[in-house]
Amino acid sequence: MFGRLTNFGGSLFDEFRRLDEELNEASGRWPWPAGIRSVARGTYPQINVGSTPEQVDVYLFAAGLDPATIDISIQKNLLTVAGERKSPVEKEVDYYRKERFDGAFRRVITLPDDVDPERVEARYRDGVLQIHVQRREAAQPRQIKVQ
Amino acid sequence: MSEANAENKDVVTRENSEVQKQQESEIVLRAPVDIYENAEGITLLADMPGVNKDSLSLQVDKDSLIVEGEARIDMPEGMEALYADVRSTRYQRSFALSGELETDRIEASLKDGVLRVHIPKRAEARPRKIEIHTG
Repeated sequence: MFGRLTNFGGSLFDEFRRLDEELNEASGRWPWPAGIRSVARGTYPQINVGSTPEQVDVYLFAAGLDPATIDISIQKNLLTVAGERKSPVEKEVDYYRKERFDGAFRRVITLPDDVDPERVEARYRDGVLQIHVQRREAAQPRQIKVQ
Repeated sequence: MSEANAENKDVVTRENSEVQKQQESEIVLRAPVDIYENAEGITLLADMPGVNKDSLSLQVDKDSLIVEGEARIDMPEGMEALYADVRSTRYQRSFALSGELETDRIEASLKDGVLRVHIPKRAEARPRKIEIHTG
């Protein structure tokens, strides 16, 4: 959770980091360091990023979103997704649980350096927003023939 | 004799694959839910992004409601994860029900990954205003 943000050698923060890393290691669940623009895990929407040599795909698990409210922008390799998920409290009912997110969100995702900001496509289906970013051809592995 | 052996082998294989299946499905996603009640019944909303009508299962009996679903995500061959908040594709959550709910009249719908389940209350279980007579 503290990840690389606390990488300046203070002993208190070192202790936090050590504890955090140990917990993560013990649970075996969190192999990545926290990005400086990342948010706490479990925050709506949850995000997965996958890559192949040709493309990078970002999946936002954003159920119940109105596609018209989604705002996606990309600047170099920084992808920003903003939107609003409305899940208003019903009137004249008694709530037992209210776990679902209600409100506006904004996530910034750092993509690999070689993505092409001109070639981005997005699609929303079954509550998953999939953003497909093509990588530059120069970055893709090339077969070199021996003459 | 050989037939009996073949049968035994079948049993063993099935057991193994069941064990394997259990191990693979150890991580389940817990869909966040809203649950509220009014005079007519109880409503449950659950966020299950990636789940569609065909990969959703609702099991209801007298005592419990089990919600299960499989997120179906299109992914190209050989994709590597750079980052993953979501570490499984299987949702499962269950709730104990009580006797005044009419489980045979449950209604459910799914839209954009949000499941809505409505469980009506039996007429005799709906709240009655009790009048107080004076004098």
